[in-house]
Amino acid sequence: MPAGEIRVAINSDQDIVLARQKGRAMAAELGFSAGDATLIATAISELARNIVSYARKGEIALKGIQGSNRPGMLVVASDNGPGIPDISQALRDGFSTSGSLGLGLPGVRRLMDEFEITSLPGRGTTVRVKKWRL
Amino acid sequence: MEVPILKQGEVLIATFQAALSDADLNHLRSGLVHQVVKFRSRAVIVDVTAMDVLDSFASRTLREIAHMIRLRGAETVIVGIQPEVAFAMVQLGLTLEDVATALDLEEGLVYLNKKFKTLK
Repeated sequence: MPAGEIRVAINSDQDIVLARQKGRAMAAELGFSAGDATLIATAISELARNIVSYARKGEIALKGIQGSNRPGMLVVASDNGPGIPDISQALRDGFSTSGSLGLGLPGVRRLMDEFEITSLPGRGTTVRVKKWRL
Repeated sequence: MEVPILKQGEVLIATFQAALSDADLNHLRSGLVHQVVKFRSRAVIVDVTAMDVLDSFASRTLREIAHMIRLRGAETVIVGIQPEVAFAMVQLGLTLEDVATALDLEEGLVYLNKKFKTLK
């Protein structure tokens, strides 16, 4: 099992690039295929962009994990931003409040195997996603 | 990060690098449109072979570039979307459906030459 957790502070659009590069490198290190590493990197890019667009700053944490019968990777995107008032709406395709293509959360859910979101208005949002290695 | 834009006759060729930030993409969008005006280009090829991720922002920027350039009366072709990048884009619901795409630079030029029989 490769070295522990990597945390990337997200403060600007440059950090989005950094986070997805680190995510891809970790996915490769964990033995994910190039295709799956791309899915993970794309999900990280969307999650980091949500942080920049909605909360301005936050963090992406990346970690290798062990499931019951296979290894995987955990990505946690957290911020102390305004939070999402209506999560079920945010998980519907096409939903957007910032003039972008949307929060991208339904897309992120499709890119990864497991998806979990907690958000408190005024307190922030945490999205935890996992991808398992084939 | 600067994106090299090559002028080849009436075609502009922009080659994207792997690590383009949102600001770089915005910069490129305005840069390309200005160059199309300046050189009276009839077509633009955007080569994204090196891009390892095309997320919602990059995808939206590509569409905007194509639409702006179309309003100028020129044509845009996106070339070199990698197979795994295409898969991730479809999962995200990004299909670039009204933008011309081609396998690589060579195929992009073939497409444009067919479209404009008189391309120089």
